[in-house]
Amino acid sequence: MAVAALEQEIMSLRKRRQLYSLIGVLLVIAVVVSGYSKSNSMNSGGFLQGLSQFFDYPGEIVAEAWQSGPAFFGLIVSFMPAMLETLNIAAVATLIGGAMAVVLAMASSRNVDSWGPLIPVTRRIMDITRAFPELIIALFLIFVLGSSPVPAMIAVAVHTAGALGKLFSEVNENIDRKPIEGLSACGASWLQRIRFGVMPQVAPNYLSYFLLRFEINVRASAILGFVGAGGIGQELRRTIGWGQGAGDETAAIFVLLFITIMLIDQFSSYMRGKLVGSDRAH
Amino acid sequence: MALDTTSEHVPDRDTVFANVQRRALMTVAVPLAIFAYLTYTWFAFGVPELLEKSRPERAVILATDSVAYKVHVVKDIRRDEVEVAIEGERTATYDPTDYPEWVSVNGDQIDVDLGEGYFIEIDGQTARFTVPGYGTILSTAVSNGVETELPPGPVPEWLRDDPRKLDARPTLDRRLQITRTKIEVHNYFGGWENFWFPFNSQLYGMSAGQLYALALSGDRLDPNTSNLWFIVNEFLDNPDWQHGKIMVALFETIMMAVLGTITAAAFGLPLAFLAAKNFTPSIVLRFGIRRLFDFLRGIDMLIWSLIFIRAFGLGPLTGALAIAFTDTGSLGKLFSEALENIDNKQVEGVRATGASQVQRYRFGVIPQILPVFVSQVLYYLESNTRSATVIGALGAGGIGLVLVETMKTSRDWENTSYIIVLTIIVVIMMDQTSGWLRRKLIEGK
Repeated sequence: MAVAALEQEIMSLRKRRQLYSLIGVLLVIAVVVSGYSKSNSMNSGGFLQGLSQFFDYPGEIVAEAWQSGPAFFGLIVSFMPAMLETLNIAAVATLIGGAMAVVLAMASSRNVDSWGPLIPVTRRIMDITRAFPELIIALFLIFVLGSSPVPAMIAVAVHTAGALGKLFSEVNENIDRKPIEGLSACGASWLQRIRFGVMPQVAPNYLSYFLLRFEINVRASAILGFVGAGGIGQELRRTIGWGQGAGDETAAIFVLLFITIMLIDQFSSYMRGKLVGSDRAH
Repeated sequence: MALDTTSEHVPDRDTVFANVQRRALMTVAVPLAIFAYLTYTWFAFGVPELLEKSRPERAVILATDSVAYKVHVVKDIRRDEVEVAIEGERTATYDPTDYPEWVSVNGDQIDVDLGEGYFIEIDGQTARFTVPGYGTILSTAVSNGVETELPPGPVPEWLRDDPRKLDARPTLDRRLQITRTKIEVHNYFGGWENFWFPFNSQLYGMSAGQLYALALSGDRLDPNTSNLWFIVNEFLDNPDWQHGKIMVALFETIMMAVLGTITAAAFGLPLAFLAAKNFTPSIVLRFGIRRLFDFLRGIDMLIWSLIFIRAFGLGPLTGALAIAFTDTGSLGKLFSEALENIDNKQVEGVRATGASQVQRYRFGVIPQILPVFVSQVLYYLESNTRSATVIGALGAGGIGLVLVETMKTSRDWENTSYIIVLTIIVVIMMDQTSGWLRRKLIEGK
């Protein structure tokens, strides 16, 4: 009897679970369907009429790029300095943000003996810097400092400090405490424990996240260029603003951006695979 | 353990020495290289000129303006009129019978009391500005400019005395400007003006209790709608703050992020099966799908949004599709990696019970990748909320576009800070929600 009752209970639990999953799936579908129909009506151009024009613009710039012939490669080369500027923005922002992130991470996890009262403070700092969209800081600094790569760099660095700091402190939480205890047993100071007990354990993971961030930051700095922060984004804005006739330049920038992002993407996933093993690529 | 170490190859002294030397070199060389790179970028970015050209006073203006508002007292000399208005706006002009108490008008004589001993008397075309600790500035607007009499001694920094214009701002919150045509006094006050209701609204200046009573009372202010709706509409249609428009823009931004992420997940998952080694034996198909993922990711959100703006115009649909296209690539790649790492034993166990292909996927595979799926989708949802603000600024609409527009006009910085605060609240909210959902769904807490 007891078995039958148990089975019945299991069945009813399973039914209820299935019902919940069904409700969840239906909810998601409802959100998607109503969202798309709503956003379709809010859009200035409709989806169906846009669909027929979808290939017009890419087709137009490809045609213009085709017409320019071999000179197209010259165009790609001519945009390389701008691309380099974008890469510099991303690299400096990742370096500075990463350095801040290491400091924040070391001060925010109990597992590495951070000073107790500081932990909640540094965690809130990371939450806030992470929440600030780069766009806002960049626009603000562009207003104060003028159009230049530095505002974008600072904006990306601030966001990087928060985002990487959180990931780094998660790494810190998962390390083995034995080396730290061993070091403190022989009288090592906090900095020495971090240097010889923590850093060797976390360095591969840190580097891996660092590379991933660099990749994300290259994309972010390209976009920020579009709102006036220099680099390839600004060039793109200029050529797009010219409208028809500059299609070949726009295409050259697209191609350059695509190739660069692909190269960095492949390089960073290869390096990360080497650093932390292929199963922990993200 | 001890046995293992002895059986290992023991490096000789020279190798150990070389290793240590290499490491020592690295600890010096890497910081040096980073330092050299930073020095190079310092000049490549033109930081020295930037520091010269930067306008820190703009930051001060922005900071004061975003937490304060000013009331203009303007004497128009040509038309011989006096106007007292919040931010000098026509819609927020005080009625001559109802000036603020620090302004008193007596025929041609206007007295403006700026507090703490700062006092301005305007008589006809002449303004007398009493500044404690400095003296009295006497300035007259004449037909070809401004004639000013300053107290003896050096001219202070806050005073710009030009034959065509006098600009005196002894403190951040008090300012007098005189030109040939008008005398203008700015008095700054803390807070956000007209935040709840427009100046010319019947509801202006009412307290929360009064509003509550009004909402419940039966006498309609506007015969067509109930009082509650009237209050809500007056609030949303506030022309200075545009609460309604900003709410819609925020909603658009959230919609972009949510729709884009769900769509990317819905397309990424089935494609990931086609890109995973253990599910798709065909090398050609696998290679093709992987390159598709790389392509979608490599094009980047910036280019996708520009293409979609051309095709679909401005609006949330454009942003949602740009996010969906980029993230189908990213999520597809992540999912296919997760699929390649699943444990085959569970699938075999399910197969041993005589399960069909679909059942094997449902009970052998899906439970293994579900945690990865859910947590990655939620991570992307969170970061896409931020991306959606940026895409918006490129022209797709939403809060990003509103922010760029208000910043460009830079008329009222308090509007900008209001939008910034709201955006950050929304981002933090999405962050918290996705963290909560992740804990709930994966750890079952």
